[in-house]
Amino acid sequence: MNTLNELWQSLIDSLVRLGAVVRFLLRMLVLIPSSLLRFDLIVAQIWNAGALSLVIIMLSGLFVGMVLGLQGFQLLQRFGSEEALGVAAAIGLVKELGPVVTALLFAGRAGTALASELGLMRATDQLSAMEMMAVDPIKHVVVPRFLGGVIAMPLLAAIFSAIGIYGAQLIGVQLMGVDSGSFWSQMRAGVSLSDINEGIVKSCMYGVACSLIAVYQGYYATPTAEGVGRATTRTVVTSAVAVLFLDYLLTAAFL
Amino acid sequence: MNQALPIVDIRNLSYAIGGRPVFDGLDMAIPRGKVTAVMGPSGTGKTTLLRLITGQVHADGGAIEVAGQDMRTLKRKGLYELRRRMGMLFQNGALLTDLTVFENVAFPLREHTDLPERLIRQLVLTKLQAVGLRGAAGLMPSELSGGMSRRVALARAIVMDPELLIYDEPFVGLDPISMGVILRLIRRLNDTLGLTSIVVSHDVEEISTVSDTVFLLSGGKVVAKGTPQELRCYPSEIVRQFVGGLADGPVPFHYPAPDYFAELLAPGEAN
Amino acid sequence: MRRSNTLNLGTGTFVALGFAALFFLTTQTTNRGLSFGGTPHYDVTAKFDNIGDLRVGAPVSMAGVEIGRVVKIDFDTREYKAVVVLRLNAKYNQIPTDSDAAIYTQGLLGGKFIGLTAGGADTYLKDKGQIDFTQSAFVLETLIGQFFANFAKGQSASTAPNADTPATPEKAK
Repeated sequence: MNTLNELWQSLIDSLVRLGAVVRFLLRMLVLIPSSLLRFDLIVAQIWNAGALSLVIIMLSGLFVGMVLGLQGFQLLQRFGSEEALGVAAAIGLVKELGPVVTALLFAGRAGTALASELGLMRATDQLSAMEMMAVDPIKHVVVPRFLGGVIAMPLLAAIFSAIGIYGAQLIGVQLMGVDSGSFWSQMRAGVSLSDINEGIVKSCMYGVACSLIAVYQGYYATPTAEGVGRATTRTVVTSAVAVLFLDYLLTAAFL
Repeated sequence: MNQALPIVDIRNLSYAIGGRPVFDGLDMAIPRGKVTAVMGPSGTGKTTLLRLITGQVHADGGAIEVAGQDMRTLKRKGLYELRRRMGMLFQNGALLTDLTVFENVAFPLREHTDLPERLIRQLVLTKLQAVGLRGAAGLMPSELSGGMSRRVALARAIVMDPELLIYDEPFVGLDPISMGVILRLIRRLNDTLGLTSIVVSHDVEEISTVSDTVFLLSGGKVVAKGTPQELRCYPSEIVRQFVGGLADGPVPFHYPAPDYFAELLAPGEAN
Repeated sequence: MRRSNTLNLGTGTFVALGFAALFFLTTQTTNRGLSFGGTPHYDVTAKFDNIGDLRVGAPVSMAGVEIGRVVKIDFDTREYKAVVVLRLNAKYNQIPTDSDAAIYTQGLLGGKFIGLTAGGADTYLKDKGQIDFTQSAFVLETLIGQFFANFAKGQSASTAPNADTPATPEKAK
């Protein structure tokens, strides 16, 4: 019966943690309007979370698109429908791969950076010092980082998908000989604005989730070297699970 | 002697961390305008006391009054107002790593005042001059030594002209010269700016040279109070051990363990 | 401060890049492409018995050249037919009024599209015009059903009268 007790306890713990995270989010949301007044801080964080992730996002987008082109071509060739490669790659990227893979890469690169920055500030008393100077560290340090991530994510996902489509086209049309006109016209016929819409909504939600988890873990990290390390690891793991879970929810919701 | 109201008045304070009582019925009155040292063995809760005074944590029982404000009833806004009248120097300086020395000292001014840039510049440079680091204004915190970053933090702490300055273990890890510099600054700033200073430390010799009053904490209570000279001849075991730096006494040398011979001669089992 | 100027430039570039990608996705991959808003066009309707899985946005081509798109699919409750609105590029304004509109399939699994075959009339289709000659979509099930029906008829003609006649799928006409 001990394991049952432990399970129950861990369930309670998870609920408590979830509640704490949601309260943290609410506290941040309340401070957003006043934080927007310091737009320069937010711009710096968009650079931090977005622009610095560009290289990995673009590279990954290209390779994922190329793989899609390759695999898709092999599969569609069996049915004599190679021209459908465009629409297959586009839908796959825009609706699923773009938002999800970008979110996972974001959690790995930008999420860990956010968490470790905040964790380090916690460990070196910078956050306490700010409190002592009567500056709300959440308003000054946390909210700009959160907003930076939320704004950067959908943009990164769009770039990923766009480059992915180019990659698929590179393999399919240039290499495998799919007719360029059919590639694009079938894509245009098969992809609608609502598909793109779905992708954008998904990436926005993933942005909120990943940024929230990252800043939360960093802000409440144990103020030691290993505490910061743990915070960054937990950021990646929790973000990944959250993104994949949200993916299912949102895909079902859009159906 | 004019009995001015103490700037920090603690009465019957009790506070526990994770069930373990840190303070149980603590009474302390810190006089205005003087340098007061708070000393004690490691783990007696000196830093916790500072957190209680600055409102970072709340007491479980008893009363704390800081500059006339009852800390129990103070809401966030009132707390922030109060903190603007205080300055705190953290153990490792706690400078914001992405700002220059100048920007670090200017930070409170930029956040809380609408002063024109010219005035901010003058204020910052004046405070930096007071701590002897006006020439380092353009450096980044990562380029400073331990002593220098603490001095910058000090300049930042006084830039808003506070009434109360709190130093949390300011001498940890400093060489004798840097230590001497900080000591000199503590005394000079206190007198020239008319501040009250509270210094938490356990460098007995050093802090005795600059403080007016010393509190010695042990076991969550004040075990001694007086001028540095009075403390040196205080009739108490624990004070004697602390002041003299004795290895054994009321604070035991040995961590609690079973009987020595019994453990040595026991049939070998790794614990 | 100089540092923040380069920072602003960098961030601005990143955001612009992101929006460019979004712009690319919405215009170049969907059927609401750029070409549509601005190009002059005219609309004609065509009624079909069965459009299969023809979708809005499907291309309209003539002699294999894309000359327009399907913009609306409706249902006529009186004649029980599908009413399809074709938006044709104004450039191609010399399509005879007796032209034929048929629904074809791209490849084996491709989407449906509408192909126009020219008639011989002297008058040309204009805005709000109607194409009268239409051919419905090719529905696989109907063909299979017809195949089996013919097969069965062939069988019963050459053998003794057979009680087993495969059912022919009913198609509403």
